[in-house]
Amino acid sequence: MKLDSKIPEGLIEKKWSNHRFQMKLVNPANKRKYSVIVVGTGLAGASAAATLAELGYRVISMCYHESPRRAHSIAAQGGINAPKNYANDGDSIWRLFYDTVKGGDYRAREANVYRLAEVSNNIIDQCVAQGVPFARDYAGYLDNRSFGGAQVSRTFYARGQTGQQLLLGAYSALCRQIDAGTVKFYPRREMLDVVVLDNQARGVIVRNLVTGEVESYVADAVVLATGGYANAFYLSTNAKASNCTAIWRAYKRGAFFGNPCFTQIHPTCIPQGGEYQSKLTLMSESLRNDGRIWVPKMKGDTRRPDEIPESERDYYLERLYPSFGNLVPRDVASRRAKEICDKGFGVGTTGLAVYLDFSDAIRRNSKEWIEEKYGNLFDMYHEITSVDPYKTPMRIYPAVHYTMGGLWVDYNLMSTIPGLYVIGEANFSDHGANRLGASALMQGLADGYFILPYTIGDYLATSKFKPVNTDHSAFLEVHRNISEHVKNLMSVNGKRTAEEFHRSLGKIMWDMVGMGRNKTGLKKAIGMISDLRDEFWKDLKVAGTENDLNNELEKAGRVADFLELGELIARDALHREESCGGHFREEYQTSEGEALRNDGKFAYVAAWEYAGYNKSPKLNKEPLKFEYVKLTQRSYK
Amino acid sequence: MNFTLKIWRQKNKNDKGRFASYEIRDVSPDASFLEMLDILNEGLAKKGEEPVAFDHDCREGICGSCGIVIDGRAHGPGRGIATCELRMRSFRDGATIVAEPWRAKPFPVIKDLVVDRTSFDRIMYAGGYISTKTGGVPDGNAIPIPKPVAEEAMDAAACIGCGACVAACPNSSAMLFVGAKVSQLALLPQGQVERKERALRMVEQMDAEGFGNCSNTFACEAECPKEISVAHIARLNREFIRAKVT
Repeated sequence: MKLDSKIPEGLIEKKWSNHRFQMKLVNPANKRKYSVIVVGTGLAGASAAATLAELGYRVISMCYHESPRRAHSIAAQGGINAPKNYANDGDSIWRLFYDTVKGGDYRAREANVYRLAEVSNNIIDQCVAQGVPFARDYAGYLDNRSFGGAQVSRTFYARGQTGQQLLLGAYSALCRQIDAGTVKFYPRREMLDVVVLDNQARGVIVRNLVTGEVESYVADAVVLATGGYANAFYLSTNAKASNCTAIWRAYKRGAFFGNPCFTQIHPTCIPQGGEYQSKLTLMSESLRNDGRIWVPKMKGDTRRPDEIPESERDYYLERLYPSFGNLVPRDVASRRAKEICDKGFGVGTTGLAVYLDFSDAIRRNSKEWIEEKYGNLFDMYHEITSVDPYKTPMRIYPAVHYTMGGLWVDYNLMSTIPGLYVIGEANFSDHGANRLGASALMQGLADGYFILPYTIGDYLATSKFKPVNTDHSAFLEVHRNISEHVKNLMSVNGKRTAEEFHRSLGKIMWDMVGMGRNKTGLKKAIGMISDLRDEFWKDLKVAGTENDLNNELEKAGRVADFLELGELIARDALHREESCGGHFREEYQTSEGEALRNDGKFAYVAAWEYAGYNKSPKLNKEPLKFEYVKLTQRSYK
Repeated sequence: MNFTLKIWRQKNKNDKGRFASYEIRDVSPDASFLEMLDILNEGLAKKGEEPVAFDHDCREGICGSCGIVIDGRAHGPGRGIATCELRMRSFRDGATIVAEPWRAKPFPVIKDLVVDRTSFDRIMYAGGYISTKTGGVPDGNAIPIPKPVAEEAMDAAACIGCGACVAACPNSSAMLFVGAKVSQLALLPQGQVERKERALRMVEQMDAEGFGNCSNTFACEAECPKEISVAHIARLNREFIRAKVT
């Protein structure tokens, strides 16, 4: 299939405004005749559902949580980017565009990234109007801070809880529409499949997590805002329930999967403590503004950090990257931490940690100053580790955090299934091979508030919809498939729990498909995941019944899909014989250990097409053209 | 560490429910309370018994999903933390720990430790917002907001909607939850236009859901994982009276 990215013609600054003019509109009075299902209520889902309803469409919103406000966007800490140039440090839309394309190691679409940078300023205005209490300076104006991969201060924040405040803003907009009756909201529903009829996405099949009932919902278009798949690695900073099921089922119905191997490993997380550990906790990378990262110069140094004199410390990021120092992008910071620990310089009981030290900042400013900026992060660290970071440097290590890959979408955010839109982290679009800090919130809200509501109108205005209801044979068939799938999970009746399989998968993924990847390891991983999948369907044990709230059954369904996706991630990583951003193939690096791209062969989006269970998926390519940003080797020196 | 657990088991909302006892061995003191429950559940699941259902998600104290009354306290011992942030080192080795769901009429039990908190959402539907539409808003810096005001609004906005305030209150009052939202929006210039209607409608919905009134025990503030001050309840009262009489 030929992939059409539908990038509008013309100068990059004009593409979006021209496109908005070219798109067909739905007459205001006709909007109520169209219905849209939005799955997920994070930043992208809640903002899209609210905005579509404001425009007049009938919206069905659903999530597997009890309330829209529980979505994992809530956990984002650091901030949201916008090139307002309030800091007067030379920022511009163009600079944010350039930083994002470069930060993504030249594997994102220029036109999408430019549009993202363009609409990002509106997001800040929108959120302020909703009552989001952003940090302010003493004159009452909005405050900014800097973030990894940028040399300007363009990050807006609300203490260490920016994601929470932005999500509550989008949630409040959604509440208003629910109150007005324009959005019908269904809690505790997990989407298990999409229904495609006459080559149009026309509905979803979900499981009611309280009653166990399988339910069908019909509409004229479906929007997936179901987040990323970092939990394929088991231990990640994602919430426990975050999963790939919605996008994976869409993939199996014909939506292509873009760049699945582009996963982000976040450099500043609390290291793993023991086997019992259920997830990893991220500390906002804003900490790198004032914290300095170091390890002892001596291998296996067991002295306490305060016993190691200044001259015996290696501030390796400052040494390797004098101009960006501790503020290099995430992929670089993570890889260097792994490398230095692999060489034996790591600290802590496992040797898998480096220090993040605030003593200079405390001396330079004050403890109170640090407390005001990072208080909640310091408390969180103290709570988890029982070590006081005001006195002893934090110990940090990278952890899987975000997935740049996701369902392939065109410029209109539509997947390869007509009428199936994918927004936020669930799509592959704007971050290329590495996402810059404070850009996830920006993308989620840009998609939901300012892009999808326009582009979906064009589709609705130009398509014909056959009237259908949930009794249609297409719905009944998918409904039957899902009911059988649930029964199959319940009836294996083996010995191992879903959690055990998930942990085994995570270990394979982290060891062989994690920060350092190579051909031998990836091939081995593909075989091991395939074997593990066979074992899963022979030896799974799900306690309880399918007719009520059953956390074990929910988990089993999600793990079943991760066991398929994990293999696709490994396949994509194996095929991409270059290093770029978060994808580091050990065979392809410069003499200084930096990622070595191969633009001649791999400047494209890998869009994978499902070919059947246990069959090799088909690779489609969308070539990436760079007309405005020159392809260079990224340098943060 | 070893513990005896007494956990509330209830099949569904119509079941009467009862405590069941479990022994658990060799738990790391650094494990969180929920990770301890994970270990228990994995053991139960392997034996073919039904695991204990509980709500949880982010496991870093921000999503507001988790909430268990532990030894009589909402979110257990410790100040300013949610259940997921509670570590087993907070308990004595060999202790008997009692775990039960939030208990309040507007939070009916769905199963075991899982309750239905959609009453909170319905209060928010009734005005927990500023009626701004997407687009057509002024520049973010058009209206300066004094830093102390923004900070106080942020203190209130930190609420995670977990319901610990209700669980801790002898009257099952939701006034800290409602006060936090009303206060946040009443403090900000953007919230002025709908200030009165918001206070009236949210309080009306709160009463309709069956939440009680505040009698100043301050148990809510003591157990709030975000340590939200009861001063916001005072502001809610002022806002409500102001709206009624003017």
